[in-house]
Amino acid sequence: MSQFDPTPTVWHRVWRLGDDVDTDALAPGAYMQHGIEVIGQHCLEHLLPAFAQEVRPGDVIVAGRNFGIGSSREQAAAVLVHLGVAAVIAPSYGGLFFRNAFNLGLLLLTCGQVDALRNETELALDERALSLQLRSGEHLPCEPVPEFLLQMARSGGLLASLKQRMLHCHCGPDPQSSGDAAMDPGSGPG
Amino acid sequence: MAEASSLAQKIIARAAGLASVRVGEIVTCQVDLAMFHDSSGPRRLKPMLEELGSQIWDKYKVVLVMDHYVPERDDAARSIVRLARDWALEQKLPHVYDSQGICHIVVAQHGHVRPGMFCVGGDSHSPTGGAFGAYMFGIGSTEMLGVVVTGELWLRVPQTIAMHWSGTLASGVCAKDMMLFMIHRFGMNGANYQALEFTGSAVRALSMPERMTLCNMGAEMGAQAALVAPDAVTRQWLEQTGTVQDLAALDWAALQSDHASFDVQHDFDASTLSPQLAAPHSPAHGVAIADHAATRIDIAYIGACTGAKLDDLRFAAQVLQGRKVAAGVQMLVAPASLRDKAQAEREGTLQVLTDAGATVLPSACGACAGYGDSFAGGQTVISSTARNFRGRMGPPDTQVFLASAYTVAASALRGYITDPRTVLP
Repeated sequence: MSQFDPTPTVWHRVWRLGDDVDTDALAPGAYMQHGIEVIGQHCLEHLLPAFAQEVRPGDVIVAGRNFGIGSSREQAAAVLVHLGVAAVIAPSYGGLFFRNAFNLGLLLLTCGQVDALRNETELALDERALSLQLRSGEHLPCEPVPEFLLQMARSGGLLASLKQRMLHCHCGPDPQSSGDAAMDPGSGPG
Repeated sequence: MAEASSLAQKIIARAAGLASVRVGEIVTCQVDLAMFHDSSGPRRLKPMLEELGSQIWDKYKVVLVMDHYVPERDDAARSIVRLARDWALEQKLPHVYDSQGICHIVVAQHGHVRPGMFCVGGDSHSPTGGAFGAYMFGIGSTEMLGVVVTGELWLRVPQTIAMHWSGTLASGVCAKDMMLFMIHRFGMNGANYQALEFTGSAVRALSMPERMTLCNMGAEMGAQAALVAPDAVTRQWLEQTGTVQDLAALDWAALQSDHASFDVQHDFDASTLSPQLAAPHSPAHGVAIADHAATRIDIAYIGACTGAKLDDLRFAAQVLQGRKVAAGVQMLVAPASLRDKAQAEREGTLQVLTDAGATVLPSACGACAGYGDSFAGGQTVISSTARNFRGRMGPPDTQVFLASAYTVAASALRGYITDPRTVLP
């Protein structure tokens, strides 16, 4: 595997969380009637009070088991995208949150070896999301993510994929207005 | 001869247009039903549909339920519900249930979920539909947009984990106790997004509302879907909804898991199960009721798709028949649907509860969703709902215990957390 730049140029700051961080902590119900800006001000407010104010674009969250358990509210993933979080790294996720994250363009890495990672740690991510690199040079393996999900997250999520798909297929009532009829063969399932 | 398939695999294979599917395989499934509510639905879907310039793939396969922000308590809620109502009219949606109750109960009571269907819902408790032998699971709003536009979505074929309950439940013990027990044992994500199937004599003996409670809280165990294979109980209940025409045409014998098709099986004896209690702040935080006999409660809440169906109201009434809740305890009952409420009124169940001092709240998600009608800080609540995450049903110092409707009613009666078997007549 040569996916790593030997001297990564992007190092990500870590925000460390424990096990069982639920969707209601990420997107509190009391603010669900508002838009993502307001939810963003209250993201993780009871677990990491400084997070919403101090998180910077490119930071990553490293959490314990079962990150994102609970509700189907995709604001729990959207709020992290809104705040500029580059990825979440955890040993396991709520299944519904996992789908929502990729649908919204948020990269999730499943890594069983997060115990040594602290707030002071800095990480680099490889382009295929197969491992993490530490400043020490150590690599931590991650479970492979299906290629179509990686592509979807990179291209901005499902809405962006659907836009592409609509552009490239006869979906409208007037077939002559659709232009190119070829479906992108690499667009994957869904 | 094909490999043995579980009910979940059979439904997925049919939806994917394949003869059979293997665990771990990624397939694309055609959706038979897409359900969403006022919070996850129109307010999110409308702008994205407009951005795409797309239409709903099949309006007859869509059900919209207004349950999260009704009754509207402020301008923000009014605007969310207004948008949902206007959009439903504009789209000429044929299946809209406005303020009729909680979506998972309403879709079932109107016959939208039938055995063998492949369904998605814009809500995490969508596995509830599995009680009817359907494969139903929750998805987020953007994924719902994909379904609404294309009529399909991808799925990784899950393992099927059998939860086999032999024996017979004792008096005062119910499906909610079975689920709290399993969630405590396996953890909040113990099912690891695989499919659960509940089997055994104790499951067969459950009513449809009780089976719905089992499948509903499959969400708390982290299952993608949770199923009970359809049988005579399912069929009779569906016939009583008066809305399902094609039950005779279903291949009931095929809608069962093949012998030896479960990837994992766990065995339990219902006869030895006692009433269960989950302490703050996790449904998996199982504790002994006896250890909380000195825990005084402020609020007893019977509500939600999990814990306020007709059977739950009857369980509470069994405990409170001819009695009053303890001084200082506020007992709140929010029946899961208007149909359940009407039946509870007809048979006198609701009267028992109000005579005991309970206040009846609107049939909506209410305090459970934590979207507004939540409890004041510092209070101790015992609730028949599904989730007691810190801060969900009130400020972070609100203490929420989860239990069955029996246990909630018994605790309301005594004013302290109470084993219902000690107070049932």
